[in-house]
Amino acid sequence: MSDLTAGAVLPARRPGLPYAVVIVLLLALLGAAGTAAIAAGSVALPAEQVWSILLHRIHPALADQTWTAVRETIVMDVRLPRVLLAAVIGAGLSVCGMALQALVRNPLADPMLLGVSSGASVGAVTVVVFSLTVFGAFSLPIAAFLGALAALVAVYFLARSGGRMTTVRLVLAGVAMAEVLSAVASFLVVTSNDPHKTQSAVRWMLGGLAGTTWTTVWIPAAAVLAGTVVLLAVSRPLNLLLAGEEAASSLGLDVHRFRAALFVLVAMMIGTIVAVSGAIGFVGLIMPHVVRLLIGADHRRALPATALLGAAFLVMADLVARTLITPEEIPVGIITALVGGPFFLWLMRRRSK
Amino acid sequence: MKLIVEDVSVQIGDRYLVSDVSLEVADGEVLGVAGPNGAGKSTLLRTLYRVRRPTSGRVLLDGEDIWKMPAGWLARRLAAVLQESSGDFELTVYDVVAMGRTPHKRAFDGDNAGDKAIIADALDRLDVAGLAYAPFDRLSGGEKQRVLIARALAQQPATMVLDEPTNHLDLRHQLDALNLVSALGVTAVVALHDLNMAAAFCDRICVMDGGRVVALGTPAEVLTPALLSDVYRVEADVAMHPKTGVPHVTLHTGGSRVTN
Repeated sequence: MSDLTAGAVLPARRPGLPYAVVIVLLLALLGAAGTAAIAAGSVALPAEQVWSILLHRIHPALADQTWTAVRETIVMDVRLPRVLLAAVIGAGLSVCGMALQALVRNPLADPMLLGVSSGASVGAVTVVVFSLTVFGAFSLPIAAFLGALAALVAVYFLARSGGRMTTVRLVLAGVAMAEVLSAVASFLVVTSNDPHKTQSAVRWMLGGLAGTTWTTVWIPAAAVLAGTVVLLAVSRPLNLLLAGEEAASSLGLDVHRFRAALFVLVAMMIGTIVAVSGAIGFVGLIMPHVVRLLIGADHRRALPATALLGAAFLVMADLVARTLITPEEIPVGIITALVGGPFFLWLMRRRSK
Repeated sequence: MKLIVEDVSVQIGDRYLVSDVSLEVADGEVLGVAGPNGAGKSTLLRTLYRVRRPTSGRVLLDGEDIWKMPAGWLARRLAAVLQESSGDFELTVYDVVAMGRTPHKRAFDGDNAGDKAIIADALDRLDVAGLAYAPFDRLSGGEKQRVLIARALAQQPATMVLDEPTNHLDLRHQLDALNLVSALGVTAVVALHDLNMAAAFCDRICVMDGGRVVALGTPAEVLTPALLSDVYRVEADVAMHPKTGVPHVTLHTGGSRVTN
């Protein structure tokens, strides 16, 4: 290869906001959403008191205690774990959505559209309805995880023909799989004789974060963090997938092995997430699109941004879900679907132009 | 880098797409691959850039069997320019060209100043620097083709495989692209439909028909009225161009034979 021509310079800067500014704005949004979500509720707390309590917990010297022990309990044991879980799940669904969209090279792929969450539902509902305790306290998340993995693998192989996976077949296989598995889950719920079990199974399927405690936060948080780090490590190969299968191969990617490994990773993340939250739709579909519109499709830049945006979005959605018609709580999956459905249609119309 | 194709066959079911092809491309040589539609040109090229595994035979680059080496090993030595691809994602031209650096990078490596200079240079050479932040999907066919050649340049390969790299390009950009490839001094295998372009830019031409190599040699040796009649079923004159000294094919447009 010959020498570089001297003075080859890029003409214009990438249009739009600089990346660092976008990240700072998203962090500010997440901070504001988190503060509002901890402050709001049956006992309303001023924002500065929320921060004082949090800072005091980090180190007592950072803030003087001027509040009651009850308020500290509300912040630390009731609202903070729930807000953290919402952030973790929002971030996890968004990065999984973005990875899946690259993996199947279809911008309409979503964890919930590919039958993955229905698979998790069948696993979780089976555990609830039959009171299975094979894996002790972790029976439900493990069953949901296995269900998600099974569904994703089934969809993956149904969508392949002659060694190639076409996006049309993938979406069709995903929709069919989701329908069948939802029917199985519904059947299990309806035929269960125990109304208590039925109610908890239905609650679970609608998706919600009610009753979150610290014990439910750790496993999904660890899974999402680890999974996101892995996805960041493979962000260049993810970019190659957008170029198409042959181009990706010629650029040094073992496409089939990479896809298979990533499917397993994403299924693990989604399974873990869905196990604690139920099926929360549309987050994984919308957030990647908004981020691509803001800063482009390069995964090295888009993955961190989509994680932050997804976290902030679900924290806000969960805040609406639990405060809109207090004291009743709406499953957060209903809120995200109400926002996401119209967005999906808008996107569809925009693409067909 | 020397590229050797050794008895390569590609079989699907009982049909041979490529059958017993053997070629040697010397270091720095530009080999043109010509032939009618369905002759097996693209399939042969796919065995070179590691997308279609030969049913039998070997492809050796620098003495190594490319199908036994890791995919990344080949991508650092050989770049492919494929027929245009597109997707529904908001990739910019810059993003697409920057992909060419991937084979040289590990996980979490950023693009350093050297990478950025290579990307900017590739954009500049293919005359697409002004489109750097335009969405790739909205470009014309010819612009996309130039971007994909720029991506191959950013790979900094010693060998290039190009499948019809000029079919969407206007005359100026066809000449520029082929001049660029020969000026790079890389070993290149180029599938071309335009025989006059092939004659002007290739050291040797390999003509395929029905999956087999039916002629291989310098443009003057290969491009004969007899061959054009046998392989393409057209009547044509071949004359030495008075200024460039390369063979020039002129079709008898009225006399093409329709045999089926």
